[in-house]
Amino acid sequence: MATVSTNEFKNGLKLMFEGEPSTIIENETVKPGKGQAFNRVKIRKLITGKVLEKTIKSGESFEVADVMECDLSYLYNDGEFWHFMNNESFEQIAADAKAVGDATKWLVEQDECIITLFNGNPIIVTPPNFVELEVTETDPGLKGDTAGTGGKPATLSTGAVVRVPLFIQIGEVLKVDTRTGEYVSRVSK
Amino acid sequence: MDWQPSASIASLKSRARIMATIRQFFEQRQVMEVETPTLSQTTVTDVHLHTFETTFVGPGFADGKRLYMQTSPEFHMKRLLCAGSGAIYQMSKAFRNEESGRHHNPEFTMLEWYQPDYDHMTLINEVDELLQIVLGTQSCDIITYQQLFMTYLKLDPLSADIEMIRDVALPYDFGDFVVTESNKDTLLQCLFCFVIEPQIGLEKPIAVYNFPASQAALAQLDSTDERVARRFEFYYRGIELANGFHELQDATEQLDRFKQDNRERQQDGLVEQPIDYRLIEALAHGLPNCAGVALGIDRLVMLALKQSHIQDVISFDVSRS
Repeated sequence: MATVSTNEFKNGLKLMFEGEPSTIIENETVKPGKGQAFNRVKIRKLITGKVLEKTIKSGESFEVADVMECDLSYLYNDGEFWHFMNNESFEQIAADAKAVGDATKWLVEQDECIITLFNGNPIIVTPPNFVELEVTETDPGLKGDTAGTGGKPATLSTGAVVRVPLFIQIGEVLKVDTRTGEYVSRVSK
Repeated sequence: MDWQPSASIASLKSRARIMATIRQFFEQRQVMEVETPTLSQTTVTDVHLHTFETTFVGPGFADGKRLYMQTSPEFHMKRLLCAGSGAIYQMSKAFRNEESGRHHNPEFTMLEWYQPDYDHMTLINEVDELLQIVLGTQSCDIITYQQLFMTYLKLDPLSADIEMIRDVALPYDFGDFVVTESNKDTLLQCLFCFVIEPQIGLEKPIAVYNFPASQAALAQLDSTDERVARRFEFYYRGIELANGFHELQDATEQLDRFKQDNRERQQDGLVEQPIDYRLIEALAHGLPNCAGVALGIDRLVMLALKQSHIQDVISFDVSRS
């Protein structure tokens, strides 16, 4: 089994920490002139997203986490699993609700998502930074209003709710930033 | 390519002035400047120091002779003292493997000096005088290791057993090793680094003395309380600046400590280091009663110039060397 020592620590390194696949966000060595050296690390657990600050004795080894990321396009949801496909090999992978999490409201068929695999199983689904979705429900806009005066909520075809300018109408297609959940622009058809 | 120096030319000018001030300080006190080898046939046994090694090939050593880059000039300087040098100082490069970061570069400049007839307390005062001159600081605070732990953690580091120390450390949630750690000093050092150090020496430098005997290094034990060693450290604004001893004179005890280090190295799966028997013989011949201290010049310049990274005060850090 591959291991890494604290000397190999760097941001982005994936390792097994407390039994869970994790990634290093920050790493600083603290070394007294006489005595034990320590690594002060900030670690994110990949599955829960939880961020921890820990102290590790320098020289300790950790198991490397078998984590890889791949670009797969979203196919469909069968009610239990979300199915993705590799456009080159046509290999398909099914992710469960835990892996998809909040990404479910940004999944558009054919869109390429980043799927994080741990030991070959999907643990995180990251949607594209921008998606285009149709408005299915929103209050009618006030006539003459052009720019945002706070806006109004709009429900999109996937169920996501975003704040949009008052002039947006049902049936329009919007570009949305999935990282912030914010409206970007209208998309002309 | 990043050929430019990592420190600004202005910083390097300030650094040069500081080094000139230091030489003047010792000139006035009639302390002799010396130079000792950077390459040595033996090295330190300290479990927590990693040395650089190289191989000398030449007349008499056709098959190659292993040489170590010095981690501090201590052993050679002590041999000079044993040979009757009197007070001596040195500003030279020291090398420590596996050390790199905001306060570390694998090669760094160390100021080390020895004063016959001083003890650790007299030397604390002299270090303080130097800091007042170079950094313009107020006179330092002086406190024992025990008082520090009592003040900040309500823990007596000298009488507490490992379980008591563990109980104090656990709520800080440092990491898994706290639960299983079998070395009392590792837990004490963890508490010291992460709980105490950030709270001390903020306004003016602080000298911490009388470290536990188990962390004596090359200091003599206190004759009135053998639980502590006559070792001190200076801290200022989050930087560990200097480490000094009322030097151990007893050759037999020094040899025992080296051997003990090597036993610990063996237990930890580290290579045993060759013991410096020339130093042991010198001590047996007789080291004058003296105190010595090592002070990190790069860190001193960092403090003087209010820089937060060592690369900002050395011409080329390791990443650009």
